[in-house]
Amino acid sequence: MAKLLSSYDAGEFFCELTGRGGRQATHAAKIRTRLNRMSSIGLRRRAAAAERELHSLGITFTVYSERDAIDRVLPFDVVPRVLSPADWQHIEDGCKQRVQAINLFLHDIYHDKKILKDKVVPRDLVTRNANYRKEMEGVDLPHGTYVSIAGIDIVRGGNGRFQVLEDNARTPSGVSYVIENRHLMLRAFPDLADGIGIRPVSDYGMRLREVLSEIAPEGIDDPQVVLLSPGVFNSAYFEHVFLAREMGVPLVEGRDLVVQDDRVHMITTGGLMPVDVIYRRVDDNFLDPEVFNPGSLLGVPGLMRVYKKGRIALANAIGTGVADDKAIYAYMPRIIKYYLDQDQILDNVETYLCREKDGLAYTLDNLDKLVSKPVGESGGYGVVIGPRATRAELAEARKAIERRPRNYIAQPMIELSVCPTLIGNALEPRHVDLRPFIITGKQSWVLPGGLTRVALRKGSLVVNSSQGGGTKDTWVLE
Amino acid sequence: MSSLLARFAENAFWMARYVERVENLARILDVNETFARDAHGVQEWRPILRLHSDEEVFFEHYKVADAKSVVRFYTIDRRNPNCIVNAIHGARENARSLRHLISLETWTQINTFWNWAADLRAHDLSLNNLSRLCSQIKEGCELHTGIARNTMYRDQVWLFYQLGELIERCDQTTRLVDIKYHALTPLTESAGSPVDVGQWNALLRSVAGYHGYRRIFPRQMTPATVSRFILFDPHFPRSMTFCVGDIRELIHDLLNQEELAQAKFPMFAVNALEKMRYPKHSDIEPAKMHAFLDDVQVKLMDLTKDIDTVFFQSETRAA
Repeated sequence: MAKLLSSYDAGEFFCELTGRGGRQATHAAKIRTRLNRMSSIGLRRRAAAAERELHSLGITFTVYSERDAIDRVLPFDVVPRVLSPADWQHIEDGCKQRVQAINLFLHDIYHDKKILKDKVVPRDLVTRNANYRKEMEGVDLPHGTYVSIAGIDIVRGGNGRFQVLEDNARTPSGVSYVIENRHLMLRAFPDLADGIGIRPVSDYGMRLREVLSEIAPEGIDDPQVVLLSPGVFNSAYFEHVFLAREMGVPLVEGRDLVVQDDRVHMITTGGLMPVDVIYRRVDDNFLDPEVFNPGSLLGVPGLMRVYKKGRIALANAIGTGVADDKAIYAYMPRIIKYYLDQDQILDNVETYLCREKDGLAYTLDNLDKLVSKPVGESGGYGVVIGPRATRAELAEARKAIERRPRNYIAQPMIELSVCPTLIGNALEPRHVDLRPFIITGKQSWVLPGGLTRVALRKGSLVVNSSQGGGTKDTWVLE
Repeated sequence: MSSLLARFAENAFWMARYVERVENLARILDVNETFARDAHGVQEWRPILRLHSDEEVFFEHYKVADAKSVVRFYTIDRRNPNCIVNAIHGARENARSLRHLISLETWTQINTFWNWAADLRAHDLSLNNLSRLCSQIKEGCELHTGIARNTMYRDQVWLFYQLGELIERCDQTTRLVDIKYHALTPLTESAGSPVDVGQWNALLRSVAGYHGYRRIFPRQMTPATVSRFILFDPHFPRSMTFCVGDIRELIHDLLNQEELAQAKFPMFAVNALEKMRYPKHSDIEPAKMHAFLDDVQVKLMDLTKDIDTVFFQSETRAA
């Protein structure tokens, strides 16, 4: 019987499991050997069992059409992505540095605005940003922590070098899959994981709860923490349930909370009970209809008043979206240097700002070679990958960029690294990225590993779940 | 123990109610198919519609109340809010909201049960398959109840869960006897005839009470003995007497919770129900039976309203 990996060919790409030409990734040698002992049919059978389990456990996201609500399982690939201790140390240090800089940046722009006065970051990029919240000016937060939960999207180019593609400083999602994928993997493949020494991920909930206690309003020893969800119709509802359970805190909706006597309360069977910390998975705009979107039913009227008085803590803080903006991203190396006087540990991807004359000219001249992205979107929407786009798509992108240049950035196309992925009964290379999760109270902690997303379509570089992406378990070796 | 969000208390209550409702419905359909034939050997399906006050809705969509239509109406017809598939969905949606507070096993089972029920199609309902289908539904419910009982953490969620289960059960039992009593009493003139016994048999089986009844009344089967057993036997777990006893204890358990020490719960409905557990013979003479059962139903509704106001904080939440 042919060995599973014998016909696997990653081509010119960097492979997370085999390195290049099968020689470089020595850290994964043991896992390769074990995979090679398995049959493709056996692998397929175990993958099918894993998928059934996801359905039964209801680890699903809901897709709504006009008539139906369909529960979909986020496709799970059974071949793990394996990171060496040295690579992980590099990522961990880089992520902590970035989050530290982002928190200092947010404190500054909502207080003295030194970085704008020193003209390191253009003023209008910040103050005219749709996610800049004037209401936050002068509001002091415990430990200056604005971003308690961050997810940083990292890709690995052809040379094996890690680069940050995007920061997520609002309500990054996906951490539940990291932990559930591990449980699933250990059940389905105990033989693959046995004695390897994989850094655990199961204490995330406890640590998050600890972080949330650290940011509680002053003078509160044993804070009541809650998780605020938009409700069962939200596509990430499973994750909200998961995190509430892991942290042992109530999963509330806006309608369960009321503001009374300058405090937020939850409506319990025994009456109103004060709440001290809210891990909210509701966007800024919907949090308080008195201040933001007046039509919002997801929020709590009066929340902002209590927040400004320092009597409730929110994670993440209001107004963090300005830091994960795709245009601000281009300035991150300079932001890190400005506050920390350090060089960036994790590189940025070279970014052309269409708001700048040179950037726009270069982008339009090289549209067929670049990846262009609208700055305000998420989920991979509006992204045009030049080398893979049709002429009509390029023409359309050009028109859109010319119409509103401020709205666009462009980056060189990165050949994302690949990982062996079970397609049919064979292992084939598919592109992956990585989203580590960083949680910060008094200080930062990085969940070892993070979410590996995989583009299941052959050749595709778009890993988003809304566009045919799946996930893998991510193993950080001891 | 810790405080519980009012909304979750309501979810627990309704999760249990829906499962209990599904189980009762499956029993009734099953038993009707097997045992409920009139003097000419023809199955009567219309009483089931009457039992649930569904005649009007039913005849909006169907011309005749035959086996096929009624079964369809109560199993997979999503236009009927009370059909089995909708009720399983209701249980599952309440469980979904409650998911972080119930055991993983409880959630997984109800989710799998729902996935199965959602796939039921007309061809699964053929009459020669109905009994098996009803068994599967009953087993799904019983599996749920068993898993919940064996895995759920004993806190407020559990108390509200049981409360929902028992109120629904008490409601179903009294309603069933009420309807059947009317339908069956005229037949007492021909008491002892095979058809008659078949009807009472069916009634007992539809509440899973046949084996218990036979132990208490091995040689009799009259409207009085059957209805007395179903309604008032203190050891029969679906009897009104049994359910109300447990309901009262649950309310006391709840009010003894530290978090509910401030709750002001009006005991009127509970006390009234308690009095009805052991009625005087004169209260339940055939002519008065309907009024009595009606009163039980009204008190159950009052109780539900009190629970809604005091524990589910319906007024605070509506504000």
